[in-house]
Amino acid sequence: MSFKVIDRRVFLRNTAILGAGLAAPMHFVRGAYAEDVSCNMPKGDTVTFGWSVPLTGPYADEGADELKAFQLAVKHLNGEGDGGMIPTMKPGALKGNGVLGKKVAQVHGDSQTKTDAARDNSKRMIERDGAIMISGGSSSAEAVAVQSLCQDMGVIHMSGLTHSNDTTGKDKKRYGFRHFFNAYQSGVALGPVIGEAYGKDRKAYHLTADYTWGWTQEESMKAATEAMGWQTVAAVRTPLGSADFSQYITPVLNSGADVLILNHYGKDMVNSLTQSVQFGLRDKEVNGKKFEIVVPLFSELMAQGAGDAVKGIYGTSNWDWKLDDEATKAFTKSFGQEYGAPPSQAAHTCYVQALLYADACERAGTFFAPAVIKALEGFEFDGLGNGSTLYRAEDHQCMKSCLVVRGKETPKDKYDLMEIVKVVPREVTTYDPSIFGGELGPSDAKQC
Amino acid sequence: MDAILLQILNGLDKGGAYALIALGLTLVFGTLGVVNFAHGALFMLGAFCAVTFNKLLNLESVVIDPTQTTAWGSPLEVRTPYVEALLGDFGNYLHDYSVPASIVLAIPVMLIFGIAMERGLIRYFYKRPHAEQILVTFGLAIVIQEVIKHFFGANPIPQPAPSAFGGTAYVGQILGMGQTLAYPWWRIIYLLFSLGVIGAVFVFLQFTTYGMVVRAGMHDRQTVGFLGINIERRFTVVFGIAAVVAGLAGVMYTPILPPDYHMGMEFLVLSFVVVVVGGMGSLGGAVAAGFLLGILQSFASMNEVKAIIPGIDQIIIYLVAVVILLTLPRGLMGRRGVMED
Amino acid sequence: MFKGLSRNDWLLLAGFSAFVLLMPIILQPIGAAYPALMQKICIFGIFAIGFNILFGLTGYLSFGHAAFLGVGSYAAVWSFKLFTMNIIPALLMALVFTTIFAVAIGYISLRRSGIYFSILTLAFAQMCYNLAYSVLTPLTNGETGLQLTLKDPRWIDAMFHEPGAGLPRATLFGIDTSGGGLGGFYLCAIALIVCFFFSVRIFRSPFGMMLRAIKSNQTRMRYTGFNTRPYLLAAFVISGAYAGLAGGLMAATDPLAGAERMQWTASGEVVLMTILGGVGTLVGPVIGAGVIKYFENIFSSFGDNTLHGVFGFLPDIIEQPLVSFLSLFVGEGWNLTLGVVFMLIVIFLPGGIMEGLRRIWSRLNRRHDGGEKIAVAQPQPAE
Repeated sequence: MSFKVIDRRVFLRNTAILGAGLAAPMHFVRGAYAEDVSCNMPKGDTVTFGWSVPLTGPYADEGADELKAFQLAVKHLNGEGDGGMIPTMKPGALKGNGVLGKKVAQVHGDSQTKTDAARDNSKRMIERDGAIMISGGSSSAEAVAVQSLCQDMGVIHMSGLTHSNDTTGKDKKRYGFRHFFNAYQSGVALGPVIGEAYGKDRKAYHLTADYTWGWTQEESMKAATEAMGWQTVAAVRTPLGSADFSQYITPVLNSGADVLILNHYGKDMVNSLTQSVQFGLRDKEVNGKKFEIVVPLFSELMAQGAGDAVKGIYGTSNWDWKLDDEATKAFTKSFGQEYGAPPSQAAHTCYVQALLYADACERAGTFFAPAVIKALEGFEFDGLGNGSTLYRAEDHQCMKSCLVVRGKETPKDKYDLMEIVKVVPREVTTYDPSIFGGELGPSDAKQC
Repeated sequence: MDAILLQILNGLDKGGAYALIALGLTLVFGTLGVVNFAHGALFMLGAFCAVTFNKLLNLESVVIDPTQTTAWGSPLEVRTPYVEALLGDFGNYLHDYSVPASIVLAIPVMLIFGIAMERGLIRYFYKRPHAEQILVTFGLAIVIQEVIKHFFGANPIPQPAPSAFGGTAYVGQILGMGQTLAYPWWRIIYLLFSLGVIGAVFVFLQFTTYGMVVRAGMHDRQTVGFLGINIERRFTVVFGIAAVVAGLAGVMYTPILPPDYHMGMEFLVLSFVVVVVGGMGSLGGAVAAGFLLGILQSFASMNEVKAIIPGIDQIIIYLVAVVILLTLPRGLMGRRGVMED
Repeated sequence: MFKGLSRNDWLLLAGFSAFVLLMPIILQPIGAAYPALMQKICIFGIFAIGFNILFGLTGYLSFGHAAFLGVGSYAAVWSFKLFTMNIIPALLMALVFTTIFAVAIGYISLRRSGIYFSILTLAFAQMCYNLAYSVLTPLTNGETGLQLTLKDPRWIDAMFHEPGAGLPRATLFGIDTSGGGLGGFYLCAIALIVCFFFSVRIFRSPFGMMLRAIKSNQTRMRYTGFNTRPYLLAAFVISGAYAGLAGGLMAATDPLAGAERMQWTASGEVVLMTILGGVGTLVGPVIGAGVIKYFENIFSSFGDNTLHGVFGFLPDIIEQPLVSFLSLFVGEGWNLTLGVVFMLIVIFLPGGIMEGLRRIWSRLNRRHDGGEKIAVAQPQPAE
């Protein structure tokens, strides 16, 4: 093969194309056009929301449930279906005709529960699809990574399932909002309940997933249990994603501890709990007391994965479809009729986040991000399943009640694995926002 | 003292599992010279044989009861399992023993799958570079995974051990030592099971004529072919056996680790490390490496050890692999010239 | 430095540069012309080109290259945190640190060959990953990833101007490279072109010949009196530095570094990219990187609605089953498509996509024999 001639005309043409390509970035040069224009303000008659959820990898089922919830939320926002929690939300500015008169459109992407993939996706939705807000995610790493991206791009991020204190603590961002509860609140809620159930004189052994969420969870549980007189025998870190925890469980047997606290989540929790039960820990008696296992953060899908092992185990949960307030009933009904199964807590928090964002736009009367942030900060609302709730301005964390749950002994079906032991009121779970440090940063509008 | 014994027992238990999982891989490596990245997927497929078997036992007749409704307003479905209705007590018994019983399903399924995989795909790759073998088997692994995910979802599906073996064995009492030396029954069974399977494969290769020919073929395929032996077919059978071994390892592991579609990938790297540390093409090496890594991992996770070297339990397996490969060029018992190009 | 390249090589380089720079226009019809994806294609292109220098030329299959990517990212983000948001020092830091890492890991791992080499590199990378996720959290910020904060000192920047209210963006003397926009893309594109040029140079140099000779018969090389180890180590370090640069660019376009970049799956990804595109070819790895990143970002976002939109013109009886069948392969099923594509390509086109293109090319050539030829990048097989 050879190239004998490059025609002069061809050369000229190619040069012209190249020039055009090099000139293309001029379209994208940032500049303030007007005062109140922020990233991706809708121009036509639709407004686009972006869902970044894990569709592949170990949390794919959770992600699928989140996506269902988002799709349901969009339906309800656009006035289709029975409206779900829109009628129960108080105060509610949503009318069921879209948001600010614009129909809600949606795009989604697979975050793979990886920070890089989640950020890639979110960027696609922001840069290509013009998404004005991003929501979703199933881990704190994702939430922190995506909300810092959103801060940079000037797009609001309503995080989904993220339980680490860091999300609204050390790594909080002006553009990031969290409805889900956190490890600290889990500890505060769970402490007294297990104290009452198991007595004040207990020796606890912690197995902790060796990464930031695990550490904050361990810290919170230690603080809560030691405050009521428990001793901590040992706190052992386990590598993330171990399939076999037996080498960490065997030392528990002879440690003299009588409670095992598993600061694990997801598959780690499924595996460590299943295996702890197999090691006969729950049949043991130590110090004249029955040995107990506690799992601070529960989720329905994890409970399904662990099977019989969850029976009688205490943990906390953000929300449960078996609550009997009007809002929960309305949401469970409309979700159940749409998909044939009750919603998980991940689905609930995602649905609520979508509604809260839309409502804030309505109240602000604009999609201009700084104005929407103002509308969300310090917003006091009720009727979304968790009782009266405050979106705290200082750290963008929702202050609301959360649940202490226990694995049911005789479940009716696979959606009935947990019973609600106690609804811990908002006054108890509220804490001082300054204890975790961090800075929200500015809310200046950005062009993207 | 008890703590040390317990940790040794735990190491043996882990080692048995590692060796069993790596066994099928080293068979394929050693005999066929194929790098099978779908090995983890075969392990997972075996585990899902147990899930399927359990699902079959749980097939239910569904009657819709219009008088009752669920919380979301659709009519309640009343379900009765067929097995219990048809077989009565035996059905319950079968239900209890569904994991070991599903071996009956797993052996033919895995054998057929293994043979089909070898005939349909792997045999075209014997002479191809390892990189291409990796890519094609990796692609196959993804396809198997996604198909399983499509039918079973991504969430783990727990499989209970038979109730008789669900509890703890008081090993200490049995051996006349400390009272506190206790270990789950099912894990002890898994250890015995893996030793049994390893022994069976070993006997098959070492002491049967069939196995001898296979070993001869490993050394010099051409000459064995000249002797008029259909070595191709024997290799197919070996691949089938490797698939069955992987599958059985998966079936019996389900009570310890609730299976999901992704579990194979987590064991893939580990089983490669075990095989390579043991030495390519050496069954004995893989078994020795499995036990070595199991015991070291168990000890590295003890609090006393971690207090001296923080994070050692995170990296012990890889650290051992590096040290062994640097001191023993071909792993523990590797043969010269296998997979070194 | 500019000698030794044939006319064809220069044409290839020109064609490649033109394609890369025109990506915002060329990729428009397939929906991939947004900065984030194009950046990723360029960055992983660099990563794969570097990997190909080791694997394609010497045949040594490293399964731990992602460690260099991670080290490069961490080094660059630390430079942003400590010194300045200018990307030049950050990229230099990334290069220096990965080179040190590559020398150390390469020196040890290259004592073995074949699968033993692969496992050694894999073991080092997994150790880096596990430690970065847990014990080294003060250095790496563990799970949540190392990122910029308002409290970072940024000593050099602080000397010249007051820090602004929000987090600063990474810049190249005033041009923003992070935070969206095409600035980051052109940075990566130019880096890719430069890296590609160097790789062509290496392929055509005596050094490249030497590496290929090692691949075809290392024993013979040793018998003729060559010490092959320094050549291998040089190839390993160059390839590691490419990965480090890719990691640094990832940080420069998006200042956040997570440990999962070092996981073995990330190392596996670059192996797949290279083989998919065509091992030992010049352009192949970049094509492989582009294809995989495209799948990951675009295919995963398709839902049933998209499919209904595409096939809406068909009658319902055909459309419904077609859409429900195809929906297995997009959205949450994009992994399935990827697996099937891998298998098909390796089975029918062992040389990767490049071999497919070459076959098409030679068929076309046979038909239009003697006709005037258009400048098309010609694949260059290594063997």
